[in-house]
Amino acid sequence: MDDFIDGLSEVACDVLVIGGGTAGPMAALKAKQKNPALNVVLLEKANVKRSGAISMGMDGLNNAVVPGYATPEQYTKEITIANDGIVDQAPVFKYASRCYDIIQELDRFGIRFQRNANGDYDLKKVHHLGTYVLPMPNGETVKKALYRQLKRERILISNRFMATRLLTAKDGRIAGAVAVNTRTSEFLVLRAKAVILCMGAAGRLGLPHSGYLFGTYENPTNSGDGYAMAYHAGAALANLECYQINPLIKDYNGPACAYVAGPFGAYTANSEGKRFIESDYWSGQMMQEFYNELQSGKGPVFLKLNHLHPDTVGEIADILHRVERPSRGRFHTARGTDYRETMIEMHISEIGFCSGHSASGVFVDEYARTTVPGLYAAGDMASVPHNYMLGAFTNGAVAGEHAAEAAQETDLPDYDPDVVRFERTRVLAPTRREDGIPPNQLEYKVRRLVNDYLQPPKVTSRMRIGQQRLAEARQDLETALVARNPHELMRSLEVSSILDCADMAAHASLYRTESRWGLYHNRIDHPEKDDENWCCHALLRKVDGRMISEKRAIQPYIVPIETEERTAYERLRVSNQA
Amino acid sequence: MPLALSPTAIPVIVDEAKCIADKGCTVCVDVCPLDVLRISDLTGKAYMKFDECWYCMPCETDCPTGAVTVNIPYLLR
Repeated sequence: MDDFIDGLSEVACDVLVIGGGTAGPMAALKAKQKNPALNVVLLEKANVKRSGAISMGMDGLNNAVVPGYATPEQYTKEITIANDGIVDQAPVFKYASRCYDIIQELDRFGIRFQRNANGDYDLKKVHHLGTYVLPMPNGETVKKALYRQLKRERILISNRFMATRLLTAKDGRIAGAVAVNTRTSEFLVLRAKAVILCMGAAGRLGLPHSGYLFGTYENPTNSGDGYAMAYHAGAALANLECYQINPLIKDYNGPACAYVAGPFGAYTANSEGKRFIESDYWSGQMMQEFYNELQSGKGPVFLKLNHLHPDTVGEIADILHRVERPSRGRFHTARGTDYRETMIEMHISEIGFCSGHSASGVFVDEYARTTVPGLYAAGDMASVPHNYMLGAFTNGAVAGEHAAEAAQETDLPDYDPDVVRFERTRVLAPTRREDGIPPNQLEYKVRRLVNDYLQPPKVTSRMRIGQQRLAEARQDLETALVARNPHELMRSLEVSSILDCADMAAHASLYRTESRWGLYHNRIDHPEKDDENWCCHALLRKVDGRMISEKRAIQPYIVPIETEERTAYERLRVSNQA
Repeated sequence: MPLALSPTAIPVIVDEAKCIADKGCTVCVDVCPLDVLRISDLTGKAYMKFDECWYCMPCETDCPTGAVTVNIPYLLR
């Protein structure tokens, strides 16, 4: 392990799923179930057993649309409003209509959902308007349950392979992908009739305040490789300026309040212990209020549990210390923070791209199709907004089923071998240098530049300087980056994805000359929301080697939104506050 | 530019008395999302080779002998 091996193999399959976290396993399962004769390959940079955002499970579903509690129409309306109107409703409505089936399927996989005394699902209200949060009492077992299903369906799993670029045929159709082994640097060309990208958020874009490169909110394996690959394949990416920024425990990358502690009576408070937001549901508008309070004389911001009964606090701690980010108990113990006694200091996360929480993703329609024929995307990296874990499962299923049908009707497309040769040269370049700049140093610099120049509040001239600095970093990446072993080569490739995402973040943010989505796209020199010119998607893509952005009209709403409802998320500040 | 070594205090600690990597176990190495653990050629035991930790805990949770402890990286503590 950790020695370079010169090698290149080629395999062919019907459906290639890249990314074995949340959406990926479901996509692979559904493709195989749709047509068991198909050859389905699941490619994963880490190990499917413990990969992705839900490596250690999840406390619950944040956006369950369950009959009796909510309707697909209501949910579609809520997300349209929460996302400031910039929503193609068809994919959201499709998700909302389908997710109840997926909940029942996950239930059959052995994942339990909280039920009330009548045996019905026991949902909690966290969103501003509707009720969609469903706790999972054995949420730590999610990955195990998925893995059992993958084995049962005999999905071919390739762990420790990092995809680097997509392959396309002469007619522009997807033809497969190039991947490199993370422990040997051997190449693998995967030819496929359909490819589904499930590669997670671009979570290693901004630098956490601690300065620790891997202390990100997202699993740091999610370094934006999917965004970069989709971009280089010519796919459109939507609304990247709508960054992901989340409220977290200060210095620790765990979320806390809204979905777990909120239903028990905990809330986000200022230093006086007072509420300042009506709804803790994560939206750009909520994040703006959070940011304002943080900067004010009443800051910083805290998660408040110390008014609750000690037993209730114990119950919350038991969930928080078992799933998703279970090391948080150790963090608080080391600092001497007892939830029963003191409020817990909070802060805002570094920036990233993630549709799971905001709306920045590879543009997809209601069948999870990207703008490249045969290429699909699902989960955090696809543009269905506020999608969360259940969205990844549901849209992964939608993608898998549609890709299986598409693969049935397609012959295996040819690819240009020159592209693979070129890609091998590009990927291996850092291994050909004797010395230079190691990936950790270049990564630190790029992400520090992202913090200094690209995070909101956004300023035009600052972002332009940022673009110049990032161009200098790209020069270093192309001429001086050095990798001494396959592991460092993986990190080098990740830096390349991070830099691509940083360039996209700057470009997309400069293109939309208004402010929208609260803090996510708060442009100081364009402070107003401009519905007349900007109530549309902004799509970014690579055309003739250059990054371009263009407007795209929002599809006519399926579920109409009244003018008064439209501004519900703009009224989040508690009214008795100054 | 020549490279220098810059030391860091690592978050993942392995109790070598409990670790059974020398008997063929590779569980912690297999499950780590960031692939930062390795088996030492010298001792036959698991150790953290790269300080690139998400302190996510699969290595500790899945270790069959309880040999692995995940600490919070120093910069965050």
